[in-house]
Amino acid sequence: MRNSLATELLFALSRPGRRAARFPDCDVPLQPLDELVPSQHLATADREKRPTLPELTEADVIRHFHNLSTLNMSVDTHFYPLGSCTMKYNPKRHERLAGLPGLVDLHPYQRINDQQGMLALLYDLQKMLAEISGLPAVSLQPAAGAQGEFAALLVASAWFRSRGESRSRVLFPSSAHGTNPASAAIAGFECLQLKEGTDGLVDLAELEQHLDENTAVFMITNPNTLGLFEQQIEEITEKVHAVGGLVYIDGANMNAIMGITRPGDFGGDMMHFNVHKTFTGPHGAGGPGAGPIAVREELSEFLPGPIVTSNLDDDGNPHFQLEDPPRSIGRVRSHFGNVGILVRGYCYLRTLGPDGVRDVARHAVLNANYLKSLICDLLPVPHGQHCMHEFVASAARLKEERDISAMDIAKRLLDFGFHAPTVYFPLVVPEAMMIEPTETESKRTMDAFAETIRTIAAEDPGFLHEAPHQTPVSRPDDVQAARHPVLSWTPEDGS
Amino acid sequence: MAYLFNTPDEIAAMLDAIGADSIDELFSQIPDRLQLDGPLDLPGGLSEPALEAHLRQLAAANSGTAARICLMGGGVYDHFIPAAVDEIASRGEFYTAYTPYQAEASQGSLQAFFEFQTLICQLTGMDISNASLYEAGTAVSEAVFMAMRVTRRHGRVVVLGSLHPEYQQVLETYLDNLECQLEIVATPNGFADVSIVSEALDDTTCCLVIQHPNFFGGLEDVAPLCQAAHDAGSLAVVCFDPLSLGLLKSPADCGADIAVAEGQALGIPAQYGGPFLGLLTCRKEFVRQMPGRLIGQTTDREGRDCYVLNLQAREQHIRREKATSNICTNQGLLALRATVYLALLGREGLNEVSQLCCRKAHYAAQRLAELPGIELMFDRPFFKEFTIRCRDGAKSVIDRAAAAGFDLGPTLARFPRLTASLGDDAAQETLLVAVTEQRTREEIDGLVDALATEPAKLSSQP
Repeated sequence: MRNSLATELLFALSRPGRRAARFPDCDVPLQPLDELVPSQHLATADREKRPTLPELTEADVIRHFHNLSTLNMSVDTHFYPLGSCTMKYNPKRHERLAGLPGLVDLHPYQRINDQQGMLALLYDLQKMLAEISGLPAVSLQPAAGAQGEFAALLVASAWFRSRGESRSRVLFPSSAHGTNPASAAIAGFECLQLKEGTDGLVDLAELEQHLDENTAVFMITNPNTLGLFEQQIEEITEKVHAVGGLVYIDGANMNAIMGITRPGDFGGDMMHFNVHKTFTGPHGAGGPGAGPIAVREELSEFLPGPIVTSNLDDDGNPHFQLEDPPRSIGRVRSHFGNVGILVRGYCYLRTLGPDGVRDVARHAVLNANYLKSLICDLLPVPHGQHCMHEFVASAARLKEERDISAMDIAKRLLDFGFHAPTVYFPLVVPEAMMIEPTETESKRTMDAFAETIRTIAAEDPGFLHEAPHQTPVSRPDDVQAARHPVLSWTPEDGS
Repeated sequence: MAYLFNTPDEIAAMLDAIGADSIDELFSQIPDRLQLDGPLDLPGGLSEPALEAHLRQLAAANSGTAARICLMGGGVYDHFIPAAVDEIASRGEFYTAYTPYQAEASQGSLQAFFEFQTLICQLTGMDISNASLYEAGTAVSEAVFMAMRVTRRHGRVVVLGSLHPEYQQVLETYLDNLECQLEIVATPNGFADVSIVSEALDDTTCCLVIQHPNFFGGLEDVAPLCQAAHDAGSLAVVCFDPLSLGLLKSPADCGADIAVAEGQALGIPAQYGGPFLGLLTCRKEFVRQMPGRLIGQTTDREGRDCYVLNLQAREQHIRREKATSNICTNQGLLALRATVYLALLGREGLNEVSQLCCRKAHYAAQRLAELPGIELMFDRPFFKEFTIRCRDGAKSVIDRAAAAGFDLGPTLARFPRLTASLGDDAAQETLLVAVTEQRTREEIDGLVDALATEPAKLSSQP
């Protein structure tokens, strides 16, 4: 039970004179501030007229955020089969270990000899990602998958330039994540979207028709967003290579194939990993992620830096350094990268070992196929016999026969304590429900989820259009939100 | 395996339901010749105790702020983090959720991010804040892209040489394939000369980028610089220090159109450079050109206040190549930390932190400058960070300080861009010192005493 105070905004809870954080008295001479800083730089009394930070006690703040947290669904509390996001269990040991003094409090400009432990960890992570990808050169710098895409496209661009070529077009299938075209656009490329074949896979004839000497990169997610492995991936990469283009593998779905097959072995030239998906960096209600990229040898000198390198000191022990690749595209962010997330990914890989990595993929695929088998009579899966780590079901028939949409099912699932799948993506499937259970869910959970889908499908459509009914709030008015955006709190008197 | 749930019996039942004989069969869509025929060459799996021992060993080979007293700067600072920040950020309901696409199941995160946006607006005086970007370098780059869209000028961007050299590098990378020319105005005196900057601005310039306090710690003449940008029809982008705003004029009061920042100071540990928190705020007329997520308040069917992802038509999952940015995963958990931090700080706490940093930094600067062979590099007002020049060389001073238990730096020689503009000799002799509210007079005096000792006497130390 929760009363309305629990979810009032911080600003409504504020009372003048309350304090939480207090600091020791100033122990250096109390010179007047305007003798330290010329007055033209100092905030004037005018500032007091506008809203300033709220005044709260520590107990106010703790109760407020604890109550807010209970309004969320999360992997720790709920089944969260959000397709394409790999919402697997986040091991608690990673939180403790990433928080160790020496790691969590290490300043990025510390002297090189005072960061050898961190560099050893990052060096080994580079090596492990190279092995998993089959691509030898790794940069850990990109802050998220989208930034990995962007960085790799710039690497491609620099590589073409170095060969005296100027290629301006990036191709991708229509089922690609939105980040693919968005990254290509900010990297200065023009985008061309290809239609899939009826089997949900890349249509080789369509691809061939659009490949030419202006093709820079073909971006492909494999397995693709329908949860299918692109079986003709070798022919695809050969055709792209034949016109002198490069193949980028969007690694969002590596959970299905790590330890089974490698992008470098099936013709990929570049790829990114999503450490927050595949390697259990917690999703943090939106981030942070980490999006390391791996490329083939020929492209390595263009990678964003710094990269960790190693040589042997006089005693034969490894000594680690930071180096920028010789023709680096430069930095894509300040400092090394999202290291806190990389440390968690490292811990995960060191826990799994080679057999564990493979088992993750095997069980992710087993779970997805099992869940698919439980619901595909009700929510047909238009493409493929077996799926990989996820599948895209369609509520089109339910919509037509009973006026129950993918959105209705998604919202009603929340009432039963299940997070909704990704809905209405990819667009190639009508009334799409993209479901990814991950390997860390049990048969029992999936049985209960499938049972709930059946229950919902038998409910009154009118009741479902109003769902959810049990959540802290009901369906929000998105139209009002967009028409009159309220993006921050202001006092009621408008001052 | 460590995190798998199903027993052999359950697996058999699952395969039976699927109609497959084995898990291998499910992978039949991957051509045989592409399937690995052996295990990957990865180190063997570790138990939790073994992993912990291994990580402790790695951590012990580093010197964190717990090892020595930290007076390091360069955009990453040793501010105090209240326990309540860690407590809230470690709640699984927050950190194991994802982007709040399903608003009804994510009101906790959505409301916290709405509060974050509000707190950042209150802090800066700006109209609108987004829900976070990766860090300051990308925030600067996104601000420049935004300025191009707003002004429809794609010819050039003017950046002060006193902007953090790594943010300059990031911006240069982001502009790599575009027409826009990057013009850096040199700042050999440690701050920008308004009349020289004015000359660099023209009618193709989308914006002027100013960092204040700047990379050297010095204060820029922000209001006249913003005015110069406006006179050229360009936008003014100001990169600020959030914890300076209990003392210094806000970006809004200086005339910023877009204000960005590194939010690491707001309750986020150094963690070797990330994850950090990019802040991006702007005037309200530019809201539809903003990158990243925005949380909006609305009502549900019963008329109750609630929160949603708003104006999503700007974003890549809807607009694809026409999106305002490619960002998808942002820095939600760090935004939550900053929200809790600012809520704990409150208006008085913010003022106190700002004043303590400023007073202690000035005390430290004065004491250090009394030492023979050490002087302040620039004659310029500063806030909590300053640049010193050391006759014995920056590296030697950093090493001597470390031997006595203090971390200083970085040296400017670390940044090739600065070596080029200041000259190699000067760069080799200069370093940054940052003093946060955490430093005591006793610590500062201890540092000064350690550096006062003749270097020769210390040369035998490791």
